Amino acid sequence: MNLVYYALQQLINALSIGSLYALMAVGLAMVFGILRLINFAHGDLMMIAAYFAAFALFANLPLPLAIGIMIVGTILVGLIMERVAYRPIRGAPDVAALLTSFAVGQILQNGTLLITRLLQKPSPLAFPVIGILSGVFAFGPITVPRVNVVSLIAGIVLLVLLSLFVTRSNLGLSMRAAAEDLHAAQLMGIDINRVIATAFAIGSGLAAVAALLYAVQAGQLTPYMGFTPVLKAFIAAVIGGFGTIAGAVVGGYALGALEVFLTAIPGIGDILPPGLVSPEVQTFLKTWLPGSLTSYRDAFVFVALILMLLFRPGGIVGRREREEMQ
Amino acid sequence: MLELREVEVYYGGIRALKGVSLTIADGELVTLIGSNGAGKSTALKTISGLLRPKAGTILYNGQRIEGTSPHHIVGLGVSHCPEGRRIFGQLTVEENLRLGAVQRRDRDGVKADLERVYGLFPILKQRRQQSGATLSGGEQQMLALSRALMSRPKLLLLDEPSLGLAPLLVETIFNTIRQLKDEKTTILLVEQNARLALDVADRAYVMETGRITLDGPAAELKHNPQVEHTYLGT
Repeated sequence: MNLVYYALQQLINALSIGSLYALMAVGLAMVFGILRLINFAHGDLMMIAAYFAAFALFANLPLPLAIGIMIVGTILVGLIMERVAYRPIRGAPDVAALLTSFAVGQILQNGTLLITRLLQKPSPLAFPVIGILSGVFAFGPITVPRVNVVSLIAGIVLLVLLSLFVTRSNLGLSMRAAAEDLHAAQLMGIDINRVIATAFAIGSGLAAVAALLYAVQAGQLTPYMGFTPVLKAFIAAVIGGFGTIAGAVVGGYALGALEVFLTAIPGIGDILPPGLVSPEVQTFLKTWLPGSLTSYRDAFVFVALILMLLFRPGGIVGRREREEMQ
Repeated sequence: MLELREVEVYYGGIRALKGVSLTIADGELVTLIGSNGAGKSTALKTISGLLRPKAGTILYNGQRIEGTSPHHIVGLGVSHCPEGRRIFGQLTVEENLRLGAVQRRDRDGVKADLERVYGLFPILKQRRQQSGATLSGGEQQMLALSRALMSRPKLLLLDEPSLGLAPLLVETIFNTIRQLKDEKTTILLVEQNARLALDVADRAYVMETGRITLDGPAAELKHNPQVEHTYLGT
């Protein structure tokens, strides 16, 4: 039965990491959907969020207040970023927007570096321990880190709220319309500045929550920590189908599942209970899928990404290019 | 109701409107005819705020609106049904219609207008939960027109409503336009099918390469030899 528990545990891990990727990818996808802008500063926004949370907790604020400050602060930074950096270049070639997003990222990184130096904080900065997010939950023989369970729940709750927002509210509907046809949306009487600001605000808020959970797992903060998450979010969004919220969510969970699978399968030969498979198979697994393969996980992820781009560039939920051309 | 005075519009360095002036009175149906690239759609886009004129003024009920953003212009009561329908293919028929009324706060009025357009085009009611992309060309045009009506416009800008439609559907669309006219909606109609447009309109303007070259009552223009030769093919 060992194996069933192991599989269950990995499933929870997959869903929890998938939730984080989905939360991060949604912000990228919403902004890209409307503006055709790949906002690489999205990861740096997460870094800022983690610092907001850390400083609020260092000041001994209660956790809900610290989370509130983090979310509001990150949304403000996201809105300022849109207003100051992206709105003036709206309509410029895509490459200009992309380069601007790198510049914004650099400014956020160096700004954070400067402020932490001025405050004489070390880098990397240890993330404060949050009681209810540390330790493990034990469900019978299965033990899962609390932060994973919280990630899973937070991800599902927030994504359900988001889907209600985009399907039920007028503003959400306007957002989907703007993503499909910006000019036609304007002719409906939609204020696109408001819609774009909303997309940035929601994306920033979701990224902030993901950043907190990510920082708890990472345990430490640096001004450069945003790179890996934004890359993962980007991959997730591409795998799912770039530019749509559904694609970002599906891609997030697919990437989470893929990563956990790639971590869980190597070394499987070592944990199989004796007698479950024949010794030959066990030897085969130990030889060809050694635990050390785990360190190549990201390489396999990129292979999956390349295969996806080659054979289904529209992503899992995206329509095929051929259909779109008709 | 609407007046354009010497409006100049550029696409980059290309002068698309070269001093266009026209007027539309309350309750009038005015048509703008001309061949491809004459600047008819450009004129409509300039009125609805998608394009900014480089010179000239646009007066709507005496108020200058050139350079106002499109959503404010919709708020003033101008609705633009664009060329090529531009419906939201990934949204349902009903969501498309809801977007047409996105600025309205009177829920009951919106509901009543939804029933009104379903009355005009019953097929849309049947398909209201289908995504826009699954509709036929004719149904898409009905949806685009209905969507434009959902804001309860005082001035309706129609861009090529007959384009690419089978004759029977063209008739359906034009019957609806006649009905709107009878209800005293002010309409500016851009059409390549000059015969149809001149039949339904009160007055007409003829555009050529960014300029208004002729104007007058539609019934008169229909018998103008130059119009007959160029646009009616007789």
